[in-house]
Amino acid sequence: MSSYLGDGYTLKSWLTTRDHKRIALLYMISITAFFAIGGGAATIMRLELATPAGDLVQPHTYNELFTVHGVIMVWFFLIPSIPSVLGNFLVPLMIGARDMAFPRLNLASWYILLAGGALTLYGILMGGVDTGWTFYTPFSTMFSNSYVVIVVIGVFVAGFSSIFTGINFIVTVHTLRAPGMTWFRLPLFVWANYATSIILVLATPVLAMTLILIALERIFQIGIFDPALGGDPLLFQHLFWFYSHPAVYIMVLPAMGVASEIIPCFARRPVFGYRFMTYAILAISSIGFLVWGHHMFVSGQSMYASVVFSLLSFLVAIPSAIKVFNWLATLYQGSIELSAPMIYALGFVGLFTIGGLTGLFLAALALDVHLTDTYFVVAHFHYIMVGGSVAAYLGGLHFWWPKISGRLYPEMWGRVAAILIFVGFNLTFFPQYLLGYEGMPRRYHSYAPEYQLLNVLSSAGASILAIAYVLPFGYMLWSIFYGQRAPANPWQATGLEWTTPSPPPTHNFAQTPQVTQAPYAYTREMPS
Amino acid sequence: MTATAFDDAAQREHAAVLGLWIFLISELMFFGPLFLGYVYGRVQWSAGFAAASRATDIELGSINTAILLTSSFTMAAAIALRELAPRMARALLLATATCGAVFLAIKGIEYHDDWRRHLFPAHAFYFDAAHAQAAQYFFWIYFAVTALHALHLLIGIGVVSALATRAQQANAPRWELTGLYWHFVDCVWIFLYPMLYLVGTR
Amino acid sequence: GIFFWSVRLFVGLYSPPADALPVFVVAKQWMWTLQHRNGRREINELHVPTDTPIKLVMTSQDVIHSFFIPELRVKQDVVPGRYTLLWFNIDKPGTYHLYCAEYCGTEHSQMGGVVTALPPAQFSAWLQHGNARSSLAERGFAAYRRYGCSGCHESGASVHAPSLRNLFGTPVQLQDGRRVIADESYLRDSILLPMKDIVAGYATVMPNYSGQMSEDDLMAIIDYLRDEKYRTDEQPESKDAP
Ligand code: HEA
Ligand code: HEA
Ligand code: HEC
Ligand code: CUA
Ligand SMILES: [Cu+2]
Repeated sequence: MSSYLGDGYTLKSWLTTRDHKRIALLYMISITAFFAIGGGAATIMRLELATPAGDLVQPHTYNELFTVHGVIMVWFFLIPSIPSVLGNFLVPLMIGARDMAFPRLNLASWYILLAGGALTLYGILMGGVDTGWTFYTPFSTMFSNSYVVIVVIGVFVAGFSSIFTGINFIVTVHTLRAPGMTWFRLPLFVWANYATSIILVLATPVLAMTLILIALERIFQIGIFDPALGGDPLLFQHLFWFYSHPAVYIMVLPAMGVASEIIPCFARRPVFGYRFMTYAILAISSIGFLVWGHHMFVSGQSMYASVVFSLLSFLVAIPSAIKVFNWLATLYQGSIELSAPMIYALGFVGLFTIGGLTGLFLAALALDVHLTDTYFVVAHFHYIMVGGSVAAYLGGLHFWWPKISGRLYPEMWGRVAAILIFVGFNLTFFPQYLLGYEGMPRRYHSYAPEYQLLNVLSSAGASILAIAYVLPFGYMLWSIFYGQRAPANPWQATGLEWTTPSPPPTHNFAQTPQVTQAPYAYTREMPS
Repeated sequence: MTATAFDDAAQREHAAVLGLWIFLISELMFFGPLFLGYVYGRVQWSAGFAAASRATDIELGSINTAILLTSSFTMAAAIALRELAPRMARALLLATATCGAVFLAIKGIEYHDDWRRHLFPAHAFYFDAAHAQAAQYFFWIYFAVTALHALHLLIGIGVVSALATRAQQANAPRWELTGLYWHFVDCVWIFLYPMLYLVGTR
Repeated sequence: GIFFWSVRLFVGLYSPPADALPVFVVAKQWMWTLQHRNGRREINELHVPTDTPIKLVMTSQDVIHSFFIPELRVKQDVVPGRYTLLWFNIDKPGTYHLYCAEYCGTEHSQMGGVVTALPPAQFSAWLQHGNARSSLAERGFAAYRRYGCSGCHESGASVHAPSLRNLFGTPVQLQDGRRVIADESYLRDSILLPMKDIVAGYATVMPNYSGQMSEDDLMAIIDYLRDEKYRTDEQPESKDAP
């Protein structure tokens, strides 16, 4: 049987494919491009911030840069990253299905994402936006002189890609599990994508409508967010964060799923507390809907609301803590092999923990008053999103690369890059915690001279990070042509995806597999 | 090998129905911000909202509500009669789509009226000074939410008409899905009607 | 533990002492305008006495800004269309950074300044020095007459309207049953959105002043109303004291 890669070589065979694995690759290529754009903006920002004076770019340009950076990185890179690339590739394989439930919708989601991205990039090329990725009113609706409408519509369009992907995952997991694949035999990666999909489906439409309201308000110069008309700018913030807090779990839950696959494999032990892990995933995704107000502690919302949101934010840490402790318990007494995916996965756990704990600092009311809108917040979310989720994405890419490409990546290079990313990352973002604590506000084009030392460190780290990110790009590409051919199961891993040849045939399984046992049946004796 | 992930038709139908349900829940969330905006305005100016809602045309609104309820009924009847009386069922589908079209026509008349009475908030808006601000806000929501509903209805009419033209070939789940969507659009209106037309009446 | 501790601190941050010295702040792209009760104005600079609780009554003319003094660990968004409050008490004389912490457009990073804390005696001298303007409350009284408020709210008026004397800081019974304290935000809303909070027992005849009154006049009137309160409390000195 020919592999899915060999099933047609024309461009058309790719652009009209219904195969979830090919669609995953289409996503992979597009989000890599988006990552490069977002990373390019970050690079210019870090260059600007190397000196206190605003000497490299105009203030307006700087504002456009971080807006582009945030918008592209969040909506066009990180949200689609793990679900749409790894999830698309793996979820059907992991549950023993031949494809997603709605293959055409799956392809349409990709085109929709591209359409949204094209609109957004068009708006950026026309002149850009300077509102920040948060689009706060009334700045975005009445005062900004930039291409807000077109970018907002671009994000709106991309939102439908999220919604359709979410629907596809939910229905696929519900209806296409192979015989014997009960809910509690699902790999945690599938659970994580399932929970993520629920958030995608419930939260994204709220963002979509909110963005439309912004566009309308800008066009008609009247609406419900403008205080001059009796509207309320805080209403916008509530709606935006009602989406965007759950969205941060869209960005981290799949990463947790990846870690839950890699860690047991390279520790040769079953995941500790499988059931608790699933409950924790569901708890995070549901409590996550109730904490949005922690972004608004100093916005002027009622004090009592703030107290409640703070308490709920502390509660959401409990399931996250369960997950961290379970990963640690999985490692305990395992025979650990520090391969490249494992380095990424352990990096994820460590940096997520730091990012999460500093999230709790921010959730503590009195501390947030000082730290909000400073670089402390910037450091918090980059720890989770870059140190955590991006690392998990890369880790997953390495882990399943043999399955995806049919080739092995060069392990040495993999380890070097992983370690370099870890080092560069910490050097970039740890100083930002200190900057924030010392009071440097975010979104500042120029800053007081006393902050320079830490900023220089951060910019230096960012250069290391930039180089380190290019490495995998290079050697993965290399391995496609020159890499060693991969066996079906190079890591001796469990999971249905490893029972297929590498790369898998178009319809995955010649025969629908029968599942007879729980996932993660690792034993220490198994060689790896 | 077949190019589908499903083992049999039953499984596929199950997936389609589930998918549509999830989509409709998603749709409900899509309307959410408008409802929230409405609640905010009503808390802010309860008297103003009542006054503004008195300015909407309750007669046309009520007629339209009746029309949509009728259409839901014809839709349900069409599905029930699909096998027993296929021609009848098809006629009922057309009736459903017609009801939708009439609804839109009446809505258009209403919009025209509102425009003439200076109730469109972004153009020459005029309202009794004491409540002008509240009314402007109210009509902003009014236009946004009814236009969104109209858009959904338009899609609904398209789907129902498409089904009517291929009534014979279409399978049961296709009918069911169409009906589900239609009922959803009706349901949304059932919420809009009291919000926009009835709050002010005592 | 940490949670309760931080809630306590937070609630503290939200509860300015009753005798805090008010300063009025208007933010706009991209500067801070600050006004003391005696009418002295400053731009991007704030002088305050040490060892005195200071209460900032803040609003914005355009977008959202945020008043941030890192050394004091205080920050509060400044939102158009409403008042937000921030209070602090500096014990060491010196200068402190002032930043705008909420992104507000092109010059966001330039929208800063300094807060200078002076010992109280020096501060009083500073306050009197070179101030040609009349006090806020005086201007407020003039505005109160100019906008015709006195026509309804003074005892001789033919319209049945509540007396505003003695109102500031006291509880008000509203028609819908709520009881609220007449603080700055309440007064603001009463004047700009009279339909929102109706005082129990009165008709809704008060005109709506939104769009007709500048933030400056509004602050002056509110300060005048505060002053009325102090006068009837028989604290004749409090008016001139900083
Ligand atoms: C993937 C993204 C992601 C994730 C997962 C999180 C997770 C969390 N975030 Fe974060 N956050 C962002 C992305 C993310 N955040 C972004 C992008 C912003 C800024 C938006 C903007 O303004 O531009 C932000 C801003 C932000 C704020 C607002 C800051 C401000 O602007 O003032 C707050 C405040 O409460 C907060 C809190 C939290 C908390 C409590 C969690 C929790 O979920 C964390 C839970 C995890 C742990 C606690 C670690 C693991 C636990 C242990 C190791 C056990 C030991 C610990 C205990 C039992 C306590 N975040
Ligand atoms: C997923 C999300 C994500 C990711 C991955 C990143 C990645 C990075 N971010 Fe970003 N960041 C955000 C999300 C993210 N960020 C958000 C939401 C904001 C808030 C925006 C706002 O305020 O509105 C923000 C804001 C933000 C700021 C604060 C700006 C300010 O407040 O003034 C800074 C400053 O240092 C920064 C830096 C960086 C750096 C150095 C990286 C680096 O990790 C990037 C490294 C990557 C590269 C350098 C590219 C690598 C190159 C390739 C892959 C090329 C290969 C391809 C080819 C050769 C074709 N980010
Ligand atoms: C036409 C008469 C009229 C005019 C002019 C008027 N008011 Fe009023 N005002 C009223 C009435 C009646 C009420 C009580 C009903 C209500 O709360 O709306 C009231 C209530 C108030 C309250 C709330 C009082 C309380 O006890 O809580 C304040 C404050 C106030 N007015 C301030 C002003 C100011 C300042 C002006 C001028 C800028 C002004 N009013 C002009 C009639 C008027
Ligand atoms: Cu004003 Cu930022
Ligand atoms: Cu959050």
